[in-house]
Amino acid sequence: MIMDYVAEILQGSPLAVSRVITWLENEDERARVLMKEIYSHTGNAYLLGITGSPGTGKSTLTDGVTWQFRNKGQTVGIVAVDPSSPFTGGALLGDRIRMTRHSEDPGVFMRSMATRGYLGGLAQFTRGAVKVLDASGKNYVIIETVGVGQDEVDVMRVADTTCVVLVPGLGDVIQSMKAGIMEIADIYVINKYDQPGADQLYSEVQFRVNQDASIKDRAWVPPVIRTVAVEGKGEDDLIEAIAAHRTYLEQSGKLLEKRRERTREETLQMIHHELFRIIRARLAENSRIESMVEKIMDHELSPYNVVEEVVGEWLPPAK
Amino acid sequence: MFDVKELEKIKAGKKKWSEGTLAKTLSKAPEKKAKTTWSGIPVETLYTPAENAGLDYESKLGYPGEYPYTRGVQPNMFRGRFWTMRQYAGFGSAKETNARYRYLLGQGQTGLSVAFHLPTQAGYDSDHPLSMGEVGKVGAAIDHIGDMRILFDQIPLDKVTTSMTVNAAATALLGMYLSVAEEQGAKYDQLGGTIQNDVLKEIICRGQYIYPPKPTMRLTVDLIEFCQKYVPRWNSISISGYHIRESGSTAAQEMAFTIADGIAYAEACAARGIPVDSFAPRLSFFFNAFTDVLEEVAKFRAARRVWAKIMKDRFKAKDPRSMMLRYHVQTGGVTLTAQQPLNNIVRVALQTFATALGGHQSLHTNSYDEALCLPTQGAVTVALRTQQIIAEESGACVTVDPLAGSYYIEYLTDKIEAEIEDYIKKIDAMGGTLTAIEQGYIQKEIQNSAYLFQKSIDSGERAYVGVNKYTMEEPPVTDLLRVDMKVGEEKAKELKEWRAKRDNAAWKKSLDKLREVSKTDTNVMPTVIEAVKAGATVGEVCDVWRDVFGQYRPKEFIS
Amino acid sequence: MAEKKIKIIVAKPGLDGHDRGAKLLSRIFAEAGMEVVYTGLRQTPEMIVEAALQEDADVVGLSSLSGVHNYFFPKVVELLKAKKLANVLVVGGGIIPLEDIPELKKAGIAEIFGPGTSTEVIVDFIRSNVKAK
Repeated sequence: MIMDYVAEILQGSPLAVSRVITWLENEDERARVLMKEIYSHTGNAYLLGITGSPGTGKSTLTDGVTWQFRNKGQTVGIVAVDPSSPFTGGALLGDRIRMTRHSEDPGVFMRSMATRGYLGGLAQFTRGAVKVLDASGKNYVIIETVGVGQDEVDVMRVADTTCVVLVPGLGDVIQSMKAGIMEIADIYVINKYDQPGADQLYSEVQFRVNQDASIKDRAWVPPVIRTVAVEGKGEDDLIEAIAAHRTYLEQSGKLLEKRRERTREETLQMIHHELFRIIRARLAENSRIESMVEKIMDHELSPYNVVEEVVGEWLPPAK
Repeated sequence: MFDVKELEKIKAGKKKWSEGTLAKTLSKAPEKKAKTTWSGIPVETLYTPAENAGLDYESKLGYPGEYPYTRGVQPNMFRGRFWTMRQYAGFGSAKETNARYRYLLGQGQTGLSVAFHLPTQAGYDSDHPLSMGEVGKVGAAIDHIGDMRILFDQIPLDKVTTSMTVNAAATALLGMYLSVAEEQGAKYDQLGGTIQNDVLKEIICRGQYIYPPKPTMRLTVDLIEFCQKYVPRWNSISISGYHIRESGSTAAQEMAFTIADGIAYAEACAARGIPVDSFAPRLSFFFNAFTDVLEEVAKFRAARRVWAKIMKDRFKAKDPRSMMLRYHVQTGGVTLTAQQPLNNIVRVALQTFATALGGHQSLHTNSYDEALCLPTQGAVTVALRTQQIIAEESGACVTVDPLAGSYYIEYLTDKIEAEIEDYIKKIDAMGGTLTAIEQGYIQKEIQNSAYLFQKSIDSGERAYVGVNKYTMEEPPVTDLLRVDMKVGEEKAKELKEWRAKRDNAAWKKSLDKLREVSKTDTNVMPTVIEAVKAGATVGEVCDVWRDVFGQYRPKEFIS
Repeated sequence: MAEKKIKIIVAKPGLDGHDRGAKLLSRIFAEAGMEVVYTGLRQTPEMIVEAALQEDADVVGLSSLSGVHNYFFPKVVELLKAKKLANVLVVGGGIIPLEDIPELKKAGIAEIFGPGTSTEVIVDFIRSNVKAK
């Protein structure tokens, strides 16, 4: 039955793609079996990340970029991530509203997802969903996330090209530019460029980018693109910038380097999570972890001893 | 209004009463919960002159027909003539709706109010794919000037006044109306009526938008400018709080956001170069009326005062008519319950009473079966009779602003006025109404109030008769009014014939001209009139602008 | 395996713009721990079903106040079946005459919630009727 799903995904069946993403969301065992089968069919899609604070117009931009890709005959998969409420566990996933004009286009598949509280981290899930869309034959996969926290930065490492969206009036530019965003931004987008303060924001970002580029002597200086997404203004410039970055990555060999780095990181993380999952499950048997905690609390044992003991049971000591 | 010494005495007296007489009663039988108005304004046990300490009679209340119009816009209000009784009606074909209009006029109704079906309002013809299932459902199916002729057959348009609920597509429908009136032999300057033409609230809450904010505002102002020149008795916009309230706002928010929209339209007209005293007298408003009678009365009085001040101080109006908040009211559709529907007659009566005490210009009363279906003829008659009873028998209309001077009413009026002004300040600080809408501020404020209200019903904190209190089993209501799905098929067939028999060359020429004019700054109205006379349909006119202006892609804000 | 969430599409079919109920319920569903995709206004049955498919929704909630329910609601169920999504729970609300409800249920709409229904009743119904994927 799982092999049927594999075949259907490779044929691009939206039903199969959708169901398998649900398995990934639920950390369902079936997902793992299936992912092994489709892995060899991934790596063809170009991965684009779009991130920014709430209210910056990301989904409108995603919609515009998708429209442009479709006009060039490219198919598009979209994974739009919105936060779950830490209190109720529920989520309002509002990105689909902006994508109405693609809703009956078979060349576009869009999936909204909530951050939930993934044991394996949000990034791991997103990578899985992206691979499924990739294997289903989409030319581009767009990953859209809200916010600028560490989780989002990790998610954005999945992308080949990352666009960071800023708007005038939110006042968090400097803040966000410090928080690791500088490292991941390949393109800056100043959206809502028709609003007051846009020019100032533009020069501010441009200044920081130049400063940063000169210090690090980077070969790619992130361009700063001005858009009014609701009116479709600046979409062409953004598409051009994305294409330029892609060309740069491909011609300089950086794309492979980037993907190699990503694969390394991803593999280590997956091993980490899998080991953690197994050990955690085993320690839960017979409430062994509970008795350990009690002993540590009573100072009968130190946590350091416990680590050695537990890890030593299954793994030879590191040299 | 009160002498300082006198006030001190009353304050001391109230304190004594509160700590003595009242406290004694409360110690035996405490009050159940914090009391509020229906919108949630906290209400005290008792109001006295002490809560009205800042009330200067001459400057805050004054006299009816005089600035700041708190007590009403006409000197003698309903002692001269009652308000216009105007029932919003329309369903099925133009022919069926025409029959309903003639019935209502025969029953003593004094004005018409056209309900268009949703495709017309959204600028689609009846045979457009998005019109599937909607044809004739919530209003009359009007696609072209031929339908408009049938709609007003044997109704002299120079004698009745007509209100038309259409916004983004307003220019096309007004064009048809003016042309039909002309065919009947009437002159533009004999025509009286109102067209809603309020596109901002469509974006905020009603959903019948077509174009992005800037071009849709341009069409709005084109219509206003045209009427100001050629149809002087026409109210060229009806700035609507009705739907804001229906979507869950409080009474104060209803007034605040409607006035904020009003400011945006006034600014747009001023930017067009129309002098304020030329357009402002024709800005009209449209509000809701809920069942909390006293809160509603205070709301109307407060809004009149705020609007007068804004027009005088901000827009430098000189003509008193520019400062008058003139408005139509519809009783609160959302207050009606599907449970025990006859109870709705009582709600509508109280809402009508509140409206009359508040001092309005025209009124639609809802039918008690509207939470179930489109209103049936019997229910419409009761609704109209409700207005007539309040007008003729209740005593609300024998003097002007009869609740003025009530300590509670004056307190509440001030309170709501302050809340409105606070919102206007906030919206100004954001950069104006369009920005506040663009950022979803107004939408979120409304949704939040809707949410809090629902929570208070779900928890039982607020009693809603028949819904969460005094409920009972009841048999389903039958004999509902239904619109036959056949209306859609027949209309599609008729449209095909219409398109086949019109003069194709003239039709095409008129639409090409409209396209060209729309790309310039020239007022589109004359060209729209040419196009509809040449047989262009609502959908065809609106499609020209979809090409030129693009379509509004909604932003939905869920708070 | 992680905890499963109920995923619900809240949609407004047709041209009706009254979205107070749809938006309010979206918020209530999210507070009840569900993952809510609100599609916005002017949805055709095809668009709603495509959303249900791509989102792998457990539930589709339809809201209509313009009297088009007899056309739209069954159409959504029919298209869901055609897309092999017969397991999706379809519920509706809005201004819907009681006498229409038997026909709608026969067409596959699981429940119709009229004006004044407590939101808890709606949430409970969905929780106890959602089907396993």
